[in-house]
Amino acid sequence: MKERLVLVGNGMAGVRTLEELLKLAPEEYEITVFGAEPYPNYNRIMLSPVLAGEKTIDDIILNDRNWYEEHGITLHTGDPVVEIDRVNRKVVSRSGLEVPYDRLLLATGSNPFIIPVPGSDLPGVLGFRDIADVDAMLEASKKYKKAAVIGGGLLGLEAANGLMQNGMEVTVVHLMDILMERQLDRTAAQLLKRSLEERGMKFLMEAQTAEVLGEERVTGLRFADGSELEADLVVMAVGIRPNIELAQKAGLYCERGVVVNDTMQTYDPRIYAVGECVQHRGQTYGLVAPLFEQAKVAANHLARIGIARYEGSVTSTKLKVTGIDLFSAGEFNEQPGDETLVLQDPARGVYKKLVVRDDRIKGAVLYGDTIDGTWYFQLLREGTDISDFRNTILFGQHDLGDAGHGDETRVAALSDDAEICGCNGVTKGQIVDAIQTQGLFTLDEVRAHTKASASCGSCTGLVEAILASTVGEGYEAQPSKKPMCGCTDYSHDEVIKAIKEQELKSLRAVMDFLEWKTPDGCASCRPALNYYLLAYWPEEYHDDPQSRFINERAHGNIQKDGTYSVVPRMFGGLCTPDQLRAIADVADKYQVPEMKVTGGQRIDLFGVKKEDLPAMWKDLTDAGFVSGHAYGKALRTVKTCAGKKWCRFGTQDSTGLGVKLEELTWGSWMPHKFKLAVSGCPRNCAEATIKDFGVVCVDSGYELHVGGNGGIKVRVTDLLCKVETEEEVLEYCGAFIQLYREEAHYLERTAPWVERVGLSYIKERILEDEEGRRALYDRFKVSQKYAQVDPWKERAEGGQAHEFRPLKLTA
Amino acid sequence: MSNWKEVANLEEIPKLGSRVLETDQGRIALFRTSDDEVFALRDACPHKQGPLSQGIVAGHTVTCPLHNWKIDLESGEALAPDEGCTNVYPVKVESGVVFLQL
Repeated sequence: MKERLVLVGNGMAGVRTLEELLKLAPEEYEITVFGAEPYPNYNRIMLSPVLAGEKTIDDIILNDRNWYEEHGITLHTGDPVVEIDRVNRKVVSRSGLEVPYDRLLLATGSNPFIIPVPGSDLPGVLGFRDIADVDAMLEASKKYKKAAVIGGGLLGLEAANGLMQNGMEVTVVHLMDILMERQLDRTAAQLLKRSLEERGMKFLMEAQTAEVLGEERVTGLRFADGSELEADLVVMAVGIRPNIELAQKAGLYCERGVVVNDTMQTYDPRIYAVGECVQHRGQTYGLVAPLFEQAKVAANHLARIGIARYEGSVTSTKLKVTGIDLFSAGEFNEQPGDETLVLQDPARGVYKKLVVRDDRIKGAVLYGDTIDGTWYFQLLREGTDISDFRNTILFGQHDLGDAGHGDETRVAALSDDAEICGCNGVTKGQIVDAIQTQGLFTLDEVRAHTKASASCGSCTGLVEAILASTVGEGYEAQPSKKPMCGCTDYSHDEVIKAIKEQELKSLRAVMDFLEWKTPDGCASCRPALNYYLLAYWPEEYHDDPQSRFINERAHGNIQKDGTYSVVPRMFGGLCTPDQLRAIADVADKYQVPEMKVTGGQRIDLFGVKKEDLPAMWKDLTDAGFVSGHAYGKALRTVKTCAGKKWCRFGTQDSTGLGVKLEELTWGSWMPHKFKLAVSGCPRNCAEATIKDFGVVCVDSGYELHVGGNGGIKVRVTDLLCKVETEEEVLEYCGAFIQLYREEAHYLERTAPWVERVGLSYIKERILEDEEGRRALYDRFKVSQKYAQVDPWKERAEGGQAHEFRPLKLTA
Repeated sequence: MSNWKEVANLEEIPKLGSRVLETDQGRIALFRTSDDEVFALRDACPHKQGPLSQGIVAGHTVTCPLHNWKIDLESGEALAPDEGCTNVYPVKVESGVVFLQL
C-alpha cells in the first residue's frame, strides 16, 4: 500500500513541493491537500496586478482543480486543518474530517501583521494577503473614495498603486522617513517617492498610527502626534508573521517560525515544513524564490532520494508597479570601510549603486535602469572578483560587449510589440503573456514555452529582466550553482572535478558515480560528458559517436534541408592553383549547388548529400586536404593578413606564423568553437582582436590577445602579454588553449569564460607560472597526438560507414 | 492486416543511434535505444521537417538536430511544451532481425 502524504496549506510553497515530488516519484504517495481558502493553488504574488485590474483571478490560478484530479490528489478547499494528532498520526479539519498520514507537509504560510491599536478590528480594515482581501478592496473602491495604506514597503506600495488604479485617493502612511527601507537606500527611496507622487500618491512619513477611528466602519486614522487622516478604507501592510499556530498546538518546536533543518524537517522527522511558515538557520523568508528552493529539497527527501540540502537563500527584490523599474539585492547600505560605486543621472531618472567590499559586490540598488540587476545579482552570489572590470561595471554588462540592445535597458518602458528574441521572433508581449498565463518563474521555463533566448542566447539578459519585472519578487533567479542539465544536480565544475579526481574514464562511469537520474543522459549532457572525457583522458577515452551532435558525428554542417556543407582546411588561408582546381573538380563531380568563400578564409561547398560525403572526402584527401572542422566545437580557422612578405606595413611574417599555429592546433576538440588570427601590424587586417586567441605583430615582437568574440556578443580581446619569438607565441597559445580546454564549461566560449574566471587568473596561470605554462603546453601536445587524425580520411577509408549509407527497402 | 517487411539486422543500427530507411513512402528513421528496442518514425520533425534520424537518442526520445525539439519515439509526439506529431510505424524485432509494418 502507498504511504499517505498530507499537505496542510494549499499555497505556492506546498503545491510546488508536490509538483517537484511528482516529477521525482509520481507513485510514491497517496496525497491529500487541505487549504483554508476556497480556491485551488493560485499565484499569490500576482495579487497586485489583480488589484490593479491588469489581471483577473482566473489568470493567476496556477493549478486548477483538474490538475489535482489528474494526479490523483484529494483536495479539500475552504477547510483548514485545526489539529495535528502526532501520536495517532492524523490531522483533523474544521469540518471534522480526519485523515491519517505517514508524512505530513506543513505549508501554512503567514498572516498579515495587524497593528494592535484600538479600532483595528473595525470593518474596512484589511490586510493584503489573499483573494478575499483583494475582493474586499475592489468592493470598497466602488463605494468609497479615500484609502489609507499603512506601510510603505513593497506590499504596501503595490496595494496603494492598485487602489489608485481603481480610482481611490490613496495616502501611504509610513513609520520610517524613507520608503521600502528594507530594500532601498535613501536616494533610491526618494526617487521612488517622487515618481509615485507624480502619479498622484500621497505620503505621510514618520507617522505612527495610534488609533483607527470609526464607529460601525472605519472613518480615519489618528496618529501619535494627535493629527488625523480621513479614510474609508485602511489596508495594513506592515509585514507578515509566519503562521505557526497549528504547529505550536501540535507541540512542534517553533521560534518566529516552525524551526526546520537543512532537509526541511521539523523536530518531528515525519513532519516537513516549507514556505513562509518556516524558520531555517534563524531566517524566515517572505519571497517566493527561496520557497521554491525549499520545495525542491523537501520533495527530494519525500521521494527518498535524500541528497539535497537547503542552505539558505540570498534574495533580490523588484517592485511590481507598472512603469517603475526598481531592483535591490544584498547589503545595499554600506558599512564603514565599504566602497560604493554610484551612477546618478537625474534627467534620465537613473540611479545605480553598488556596495563593494574587497572587490566583491555585497549589495545593489538600481532605479530607472534595472536591466543589469540580474547580472549584478549573479556577481554578488558568486562572489566574483570585479577588479578586472570595476571601472566600467556601472555601465552594465553590455558595456563589456553586447549584441546591440544597448539602449533598450528600460524593460518596463518597452512596448508589447517590441521584438526581444530576434532568432525566434518573440515579442515582449508574448513573453509577458506566457509568464502570466502559464505561471512561469524561471528562465528555463520561459525558454521552453516561448523559445525566447533559447537559440543564440544574446537576449538572455532582456528576457530575465522581463521575467523579473513581470513576476516581481517571485522571480526565481538562476541558482548560482546551476545543474548541468535535468539529468543531474551536479554543476559543470563538479562533474569536471569528479572526472579528474575519481579518474572516471567512460560515460557509464561518470553517470554511475554521479548517480545520473536518466538512463542515457540527454542531448545536452552527453555531448558535454563526451567532451570532458576526451579532454581529460586523450590517451584512454574512446570517442562516443552517439554522444556527438550530428555535425560532429557526420563531420559536416547539417543544413536546414538535411544536406551537409563541406569546408576543407586551408592552413592560414593559403592555397595553390592545384588545390583550387581540386576543389572545383569536386564541386563539379558531386554537383555542389553553391560555393562560398567563408569569413575564415576558406571555401564552403553547400548542399552535399550525406551519402556522397565519404566519396567526396576521398577526392579531397587525395588532393592533400584535411577536414576544416567548420562543423565542430573545435579549432576552426586561423585568419591571417599578407604580412611582411608582401605588405609594405608588415612587421612580421603573419601568414607563416598563422600556418604554424594552425598546424599546431588543428583537430583539437574544444568546449566551443575556437578561432585564431594573426595580423602583421597594428592595422590589424586579420581582425585578431575579436578572436579567441589573436596575435598582433609589432616591430619588436608579438602581442597576444585573448577572449575576443565577433559573434553573438561582440567582445574585444584582453591583452594577455607581449612576447618576442614565434616559439613563444606557439607555447603561450597552446597553453592558453589547454587551460580553456581543461577548465571552461562545455559550450562556453572563451569570452564569457575569461569574464567568469577573470583575466588576472589567466595571467596567473599563463604568465606568472612558467612551469605551469609548460605543463599545459605539454598536455596540449599529448592530446594533439590523438586528435590530429583526419576524420575525413578515416571515413573515406570506410570508417563509420553505417552513418552515411541509408538502408533500402527492396520490394 | 499483417504486412511485416524485413528491413535490417538489429546489429546494423548502432545503440542509441539510428539508420535511415528509404522507402516508396519516403524516408523512415529506425532508432535503437539503449534497452535494444527499435522504433520507426517518419524522418521529419513536426516542427520544420528536420531529419530526426540525425538527432541524439536518449531514453525513448530523440532530439531533432535543427531546433532541439524532443520527440517521443513511442508515440511520435513532441514533448511539452512543444506540440506536434510525426508518423509512427509498427516495428518488431525477432531473433536479431528488424521487421517493419508499412
